[in-house]
Amino acid sequence: MTQEASGKPDAKKVLVIGGGMAGITAAIEAAEAGCQVVLVEKAPSLGGRVARMNQYFPKLCPPACGLEINFKRMKSNPSIQVLTQAEVQELAGSPGDYTATVKVSPRYVTDACTQCGECVKVCPAERSSEFDYGMSKTKAVYLPQANAFPALYALEREACLAGCDLCVKACAYGAIDLNQKAETKTVSASAVIAATGWVPYDASKITNLGYGRCANVVTNVLMERLASVSGPTQGKILRPSDGKEPKTVAFVQCAGSRDENHLPYCSAVCCAASLKQATYIRSAYPEAKVTIFYIDIRTPGRLEDFYAKVSADPMVELIKGKVAKVEEDPATKDVILEVEDVLHGKKITERVDLLVLAAGIVPQTQGLPATATLDEFGFVDNRPGKTGFYGAGCVRRPEEVSATVQDATGAALKALQCAVRSAHHG
Amino acid sequence: MDKKLGVYICSGCSIGDALDTDKLAQVAQKEYKVPVCRAHAFLCGKEGVELIHKDLQEGAVDSVVIAACSPRVKAEAFALDPCMVQERVNLREHVAWCQKPKDEDTQMMAEDYLRMGIVKAQKMEPLEPVSDEVSKAILVVGGGVTGLTAALEAAAAGYEVVLVEKQAQLGGFVGTLKSRFPRQAPYTELEPADLAEQIQAATYHPKIKVYTSTAITQTSGQPGQFDVTLLKDGDTIVHRVGAIVMATGWKPYDASKLGHLGYGLTPDVVTNVEFEKMAAAGPLKRPSDGKAVESVLFVQCAGSRDQAHLPYCSSVCCMATLKHADMVHQQNADAKVFIIYKDMRTPGQYEKYYAKVQNHPATFLTKGEIEAVDKAAGGKLSVRMKDTLLGEAVNVVVDLVVLATGMVPNSADGEAIRQLHDAQAKVLRNESDTQRQEAEKKAEELKAHEGTEILHLSYRQGPDLPLLRYGFPDSHFVCFPYETRRTGIYAAGTVRAPMDSGHAQEDALGAAMKAIQSTELAAQGQAVHPRSRDMSFPSFFLQRCTQCKRCTEECPFGTLDEDEKGTPKPNPYRCRRCGICMGACPERIISFKNYSVDMIASQIKAIEVPEEDEEKPRVLVFMCENDAYPALDIAGMNRIQYDPSVRIIPLRCLGSMNIVWIADALSGGIDGVMLVGCKYGDDYQCHFAKGSELANRRLENVKETLQRLQLESERIQVTQLAINEYGKLPVLINEFMDKIREIGPNPYKGF
Repeated sequence: MTQEASGKPDAKKVLVIGGGMAGITAAIEAAEAGCQVVLVEKAPSLGGRVARMNQYFPKLCPPACGLEINFKRMKSNPSIQVLTQAEVQELAGSPGDYTATVKVSPRYVTDACTQCGECVKVCPAERSSEFDYGMSKTKAVYLPQANAFPALYALEREACLAGCDLCVKACAYGAIDLNQKAETKTVSASAVIAATGWVPYDASKITNLGYGRCANVVTNVLMERLASVSGPTQGKILRPSDGKEPKTVAFVQCAGSRDENHLPYCSAVCCAASLKQATYIRSAYPEAKVTIFYIDIRTPGRLEDFYAKVSADPMVELIKGKVAKVEEDPATKDVILEVEDVLHGKKITERVDLLVLAAGIVPQTQGLPATATLDEFGFVDNRPGKTGFYGAGCVRRPEEVSATVQDATGAALKALQCAVRSAHHG
Repeated sequence: MDKKLGVYICSGCSIGDALDTDKLAQVAQKEYKVPVCRAHAFLCGKEGVELIHKDLQEGAVDSVVIAACSPRVKAEAFALDPCMVQERVNLREHVAWCQKPKDEDTQMMAEDYLRMGIVKAQKMEPLEPVSDEVSKAILVVGGGVTGLTAALEAAAAGYEVVLVEKQAQLGGFVGTLKSRFPRQAPYTELEPADLAEQIQAATYHPKIKVYTSTAITQTSGQPGQFDVTLLKDGDTIVHRVGAIVMATGWKPYDASKLGHLGYGLTPDVVTNVEFEKMAAAGPLKRPSDGKAVESVLFVQCAGSRDQAHLPYCSSVCCMATLKHADMVHQQNADAKVFIIYKDMRTPGQYEKYYAKVQNHPATFLTKGEIEAVDKAAGGKLSVRMKDTLLGEAVNVVVDLVVLATGMVPNSADGEAIRQLHDAQAKVLRNESDTQRQEAEKKAEELKAHEGTEILHLSYRQGPDLPLLRYGFPDSHFVCFPYETRRTGIYAAGTVRAPMDSGHAQEDALGAAMKAIQSTELAAQGQAVHPRSRDMSFPSFFLQRCTQCKRCTEECPFGTLDEDEKGTPKPNPYRCRRCGICMGACPERIISFKNYSVDMIASQIKAIEVPEEDEEKPRVLVFMCENDAYPALDIAGMNRIQYDPSVRIIPLRCLGSMNIVWIADALSGGIDGVMLVGCKYGDDYQCHFAKGSELANRRLENVKETLQRLQLESERIQVTQLAINEYGKLPVLINEFMDKIREIGPNPYKGF
């Protein structure tokens, strides 16, 4: 991270856009194979969506475990330069010879930050935590996440009180610089990997499912934060309306996915994700009942074992059915679902404490250079042949974490090839 | 070699508020007589770092102990020559941020940690990376779509490739297909499955040497130096390669086991693989009588997702059947197609192809369970099913029934083969009747593995990759799908997991990248993931080896071979530097230059154990440095306090824990020992696969030690902890301390 990655003229240079699982993997895999990598991430720390998850399926292990190893690999590797709060504004050139213009927004906290936290103690202002999807607040100066990489605080200047410089005074290390300005950097690269990930589908668009209208309807990504010890409830799954422990929880699969009116494709991960979230509820509340309404349960390969394990729990019921309507009981704020049970050809009405919508994956292509070719759904379409621009991970196809890692490792090889070609001819 | 140790103490980040750093400096100067000891209020800042660099440049110091924050942070600021002796002492997260400031116990804790850091650094030696000549060529085993792709993609990055195929032609299963699933927008049209171009390209590629009709008879050596012996037409050829991609593909599940679905009843019940050939050959005819096929029923999950057959989902059969339905309708748009499924699985953009096929007016899909397949009038077949979307039992009469059979990996169980060979050898040795009979029984049980070798690795732990459940040599890691337990050998394609040809090609890319990377890292004498770029490696003081074989058996990566007597033969490039062998060795003869049994034993000895009447117990905690240690750091960042009686020693993996340390600690008056490692069992989280499990197993032996010392077994506790359980860890520590106080002091104090 210390040296300028575009140093040596014959270096195999790769630019990776996005610092989530796909981008981290692509960067490390390319660097460990001898490339010089610049990794550009929009947020103040790496980890993307996975860092906000409580556990991975099917092992129910914490994402921080793998991230810790990956961050360790990055720390010890001078061939990777990480630019956070940075966005590629323009990508010029052609395969083998790209030049990216990268805008680095001010962090207002320099590398001198030791994470001592004295600034937070004095900060009088608050900001909404994007990491918690707005469900919690932090001070205007904040540590992006517990195992943040880079291990530096950040300051959201817009949240500061006018004229306040208490943090500057509190910092014994002179690590806060309120006069920092946005910088524009030029990065040259032989190949570019777009690993900008995904955003959850806006569940409020699925009007019949009640998100935004009923207090106790949440999405699957919010559920991850509610279940996470670093989340807004310190890992206690409580319903938003009254902070009550839910006794009955329902999941609606394909919330937006496989639906011509919303996302015509399958988001591939939501089935296993809901099965996993069912285990969060079942382990926290041994009396709680979980119902999952689905079209098809899609757990390919050995994930079938996970499906078998979760569905063997008598308190987890799976119903092949279509949820027609979701209403809120105005008195109790309970959620009332009307479902068509397609296997038994009947209508069911179900009242639950909490409803989780398995909202789908939407490719995050905002800000990608024009070089990216998108398919009709908006995913990056990797055309075959010798190009120098590759999509990897969920920006290319909805996929689970290990498929993302596999994909990103492959993209790193395509980038290496391009770099090797240009090194030979360039 | 006498080291010139420099100790640098940071007093920033409340370390100076919590501790008397002058007294700390006295520990370094008076107790250990270090030539240089400096304190700074902002050691990671420019000025602080310069202090260190200046002393190094002037030669006042050649080894460095940094007593500041956790080694997990400020790695860039404190970056030194990676081969130099250096040690970090965690005074911030593990002392100042989690203990009462200016308290006697807090100070004692910090002083102990500093002692432990200094003695470790005194014992450490500079690293000397291995630097033999390595080959960067890649061996690709299997010439199907995965192998061809891996070979071409590795060659396109400039690497030499040796591609070995057992059959006479390249192409594998996909080479026999006419069409493949839609992988490109608009995702509605089948794509040609023609591999001719790839086969041509591989055959004539200047960097690819293709061997067809060829078997591997031996793979010896280690990453960067594998010697692969090939047998072709009676000739033996040896190639040196650096890494291996294993792309041996799959075979269809044995349909003869699917009699309950009608297979074998008439020739008109076929598998999807047989159907593929029929449909490619021309107009569909009933195999029994050659009559045109007017109706077809597809049975999904024929064998898959079935505990009696293949418990896993074969992932491709739904799409394959949709393709087959499409092929039926391309020939005869009016043919009736029935698809009976458990769940239709068409992830991602494949959904669009599903929608297209589903919309065909003559296609009918329903969830259902097949009850029976019988012969019906007119040479037709009658299929009875239940639990369909149509209500109870339904009967459908069709011309042809296609069973969507699943994928079985073409893998070999290296560990089973080794056990078989061991048993066979034991039978021949004829030691005693009972032993022989046991060995004969074992050999009989494992007979099916005879001659199944693929890679023929000359590894002590067996000739092929260890397999996970259901025969896949897959990784067990969500984050690291290419991890295998044989360094430098990467499985790809359908041998790794069930997948379609498009995914297999992408998988080949990733595996080729890992292979390339392992040769590049070997060339620099560096470890691969998870201790990437580590340049230490274990050395063996063989004069004291008793040939107990614990190290050769316990290494999760099959690193060590052994001679006839059982003396370990190291293969540094196979090594992952976890230290599990070091933990296994009862003679303590395995050590790294910067990590050894002696170093940790010295650290334990450096802990000052107060006299019994001081009522200050001491507990040693061995922690996995990958998960438990960071969790304790995060606890510190959250200023969670815990009992000051504990002394933490991070280990590369809990599996590197040598039980002699426990004996040392207890006989030295330490009151208890806690081990905190990763979760083990089916869903293990250990980055070295077996480390935490092995540590737990070794503790069984410790019980004897305790009995010998007449100590309570409760003085030792092993805990499995995940990295995000940072709130729980201080609680566990406090609970253990309560227990130790209840048991009372270790009677060996002061001895």
